Amino acid sequence: MAAAIEAKKHGAKSVCIIERDKELGGILQQCIHNGFGLHIFKEDLTGPEYAERFIDELKEAGITYKLDTMVLDISEDLHLQILNTCDGFMRLKAAAIVLAMGCRERTREAVNIPGTRPAGVFTAGTAQRFLNMEGYLVGKKIMMLGTGDIGLIMARRLTLEGAEVRAVLARRGYPGGLMRNVAQCLHDYDIPLMLRHTIVKIIGKERVEGVLVARTDEERKPILGSEELYECDTLLLSLGLIPENELSKGAGVKLDPATGGPVVNESMETSVKGIFACGNVVHVHDLVDHVTDESRRAGKSAAYFVRNKLKENGPLIKTEPGKGIKYIVPHLIRVDNLNKSLQLFMRVKEVYSNSRLIVKADNEVIRKSRKMHLTPGEMDNIRIDAKILRQEKPAILSVQVKREEE
Amino acid sequence: MYDIAIIGAGIIGTSVARELSGYSLRIALIEKDNDVANGTTKANSGIIHAGYDTRPGSNKAKYNALGNSMFDKLCEELAVPFKRIGSLVIALESHDPETIEELYNRGLANGIPEMRILNGREVRKMEPNLNKEVIGALYAPTAGIIDPWDLAIALAENAVENGVELLLNHRVTAIEKSTGHFKIRTSASGIEARYVINCAGLYADQVNNMAAAPYFKITPRRGQYFILDKNSGSLVNSVVFQCPGKMGKGVLLSSSVHGNLLIGPDSEVLDDKENVETTADRLLFIKEAAARTATGIPFNTMVKTFAGLRASPSTKDFIIEESKEAAGFINVAGIESPGLTAAPAIAEEVVRLLKTIAGELIKKDDFNPLRRKVIRFMELKDHEKRELVRKNPAYGRVICRCENVTEGEVVDAISRKAGAATVNGIKRRVRPGMGRCQGGFCAPKVMEILARELGRDMQEIVNEGKESYILSGTTKGEQDYKGKERSE
Repeated sequence: MAAAIEAKKHGAKSVCIIERDKELGGILQQCIHNGFGLHIFKEDLTGPEYAERFIDELKEAGITYKLDTMVLDISEDLHLQILNTCDGFMRLKAAAIVLAMGCRERTREAVNIPGTRPAGVFTAGTAQRFLNMEGYLVGKKIMMLGTGDIGLIMARRLTLEGAEVRAVLARRGYPGGLMRNVAQCLHDYDIPLMLRHTIVKIIGKERVEGVLVARTDEERKPILGSEELYECDTLLLSLGLIPENELSKGAGVKLDPATGGPVVNESMETSVKGIFACGNVVHVHDLVDHVTDESRRAGKSAAYFVRNKLKENGPLIKTEPGKGIKYIVPHLIRVDNLNKSLQLFMRVKEVYSNSRLIVKADNEVIRKSRKMHLTPGEMDNIRIDAKILRQEKPAILSVQVKREEE
Repeated sequence: MYDIAIIGAGIIGTSVARELSGYSLRIALIEKDNDVANGTTKANSGIIHAGYDTRPGSNKAKYNALGNSMFDKLCEELAVPFKRIGSLVIALESHDPETIEELYNRGLANGIPEMRILNGREVRKMEPNLNKEVIGALYAPTAGIIDPWDLAIALAENAVENGVELLLNHRVTAIEKSTGHFKIRTSASGIEARYVINCAGLYADQVNNMAAAPYFKITPRRGQYFILDKNSGSLVNSVVFQCPGKMGKGVLLSSSVHGNLLIGPDSEVLDDKENVETTADRLLFIKEAAARTATGIPFNTMVKTFAGLRASPSTKDFIIEESKEAAGFINVAGIESPGLTAAPAIAEEVVRLLKTIAGELIKKDDFNPLRRKVIRFMELKDHEKRELVRKNPAYGRVICRCENVTEGEVVDAISRKAGAATVNGIKRRVRPGMGRCQGGFCAPKVMEILARELGRDMQEIVNEGKESYILSGTTKGEQDYKGKERSE
């Protein structure tokens, strides 16, 4: 929605949002907890409230949208195949496309939990949908594997609905979600957090009856002999999100295996001219505020692209994740399209306390940022002054982590 | 009083039912589970074997060879996707070519057509992704792939359309011989039938023992599998078997009929006929064994792992015969591999057997062997898509984004005879839940459609069996938050 609004604002004449759900808002509609918009609106909103701000602005701006409509295919030359019950099957041609399909959840198979295949195994997001949108409980005695934010939120949510969340397990020595969620969802509700534990077997014939929990070693492998049976009727999985890029692949968009999303430049444009991407489909975000920033950039750039205002040639910089950095978005920077500054988003590979993020333009250090706590579960960002990039004209812009003692 | 009671609605029971539904007979197809094809039939390799692997002279050899040739017509009539992609038994070790030669000769003895022995270069041309160490292979172009449950479901639908009564959730508990008929007690209603055809799979021995003295034993032999993403399906073009050797039969790599990559199975004799658990050690074994065929198999694109149980007979061969003790009681037991391939031929044999016992059977003149085509929306041409949505808007709503399945297809699967009434029933018939999100996105939608079409509450919708509830209540219902005071 943010991309559409921004595109309209910056001169795109006809903008249409294609949404597969029955209402606008995407995943925000089922995120009934608060904590959204602290940066963008300086308010503490729930997911639906945050979405509503954009829905209202969208409607006022006269932006068209199609609900209950699925995009079946996107081609490299910007042809879309879409389907809904009213218009039927349609082929459209766009001058520019913004991809904002979000993510799917990692499943039990992705972590290969053996055992039986009973009912009662849910990913946290699906459980959230059942609870918050459909109004149903998924179980009474719950074990959770994974400490992604969705899982932490659901642990609290299920507790508030009267379920017993017996424990939340993290395979690593640290939780995967935001520390504030660990505090507000687990600690505040006395839900046990078991770090360095995993589930090695699911038990139950037709419905989950229990799980076997084992301790893990440094490589997240279960330690033989440490298995303990935990009785439960539900297993919730919060193992992380995977950007949903099947449509992108179909359009020939190049993906970064480190993010699972498209390789993008400073304008959020993908490797296919005219196809832009923003939000969780590019990389998994923690804060919707960052999603909005990114989306506004994508929408504005898409409008500029259509109006031939994006500069395609000129100096090009590649970003390079250095030591300790898993990925950096954007991957490429066309300096001529920058305004005052450039924001680099990244995630680290492991936990670092008391360290610095070092930004280098080729071999020269241009920025050092002190960080007390870096963790893969929290996205970081660094703002770089565009002037430096225009001056130095580096080929590579790299970021690395340096511990204070080094 | 039924003329025929068929016990078990797996691939054999449904094949027999469909075959018999062409005759003027009152037939009951009795199934202990909540859906057809819920046992071995839904958890095997789905291979239509060429037939060189069976012992010449055995029932397995006879019905494999016969059955294989029947698949094109059968799948055409029943609108079931089937692909004859051929199979390769690859030679990797120096002594393998000898075994390949043996299999080839066995194939000749079994009358298997079109087989060829290939050298390493020819194999690599056919299958560029196999390990460079491959030194040759036995190529059998008549092998094929299918979704085994799909065939059983189609057979069941066609059988019921032609008058067979399907009785789900009827677990046979006792069989009493009476004059000229059998009295069958089940967990639900009692059934009387003149003839009984025992297609009870893993429990065929126990069912036989209800009517006569034990004379064979069925041992469960578990096999585990990996299914990989559709993007990995093109790793191999045919079914690639490893040459059987000292280490056993090896594991296969194959694309499934819908384009996923299937890897497995192993073989493990068990005691428990209900144990379909996957285990970490055996999955690891399969993973390592598969690497002999091809390196770099993208296991990180794994979509699912599962296990199935083979019904291994103590006689080591198919048991297809009238019980010597109980006249009119036909055993069709021990149908392990190549059971799926043999099924259509076995069904014909059972009918022939029945005729020798019961006398000539009257053919129905309104028997319809054709199953109404299953519309797969994404396979239609543009104008067909437009026309269909105009006629039936439900086809305009995609409810499974991984496999692009529309609501119209789901509703159709529910409305057919022997149709879906569970989440897994929908999964097996139209695929929501088979994709990479494993039902994460579509489950609420599938449940909603099931509830609506079946006139039930969402909470009543189950995953598979009657006890496999999915939802445990409504929010703001009976349970309340039992808040604890924070210790501060």
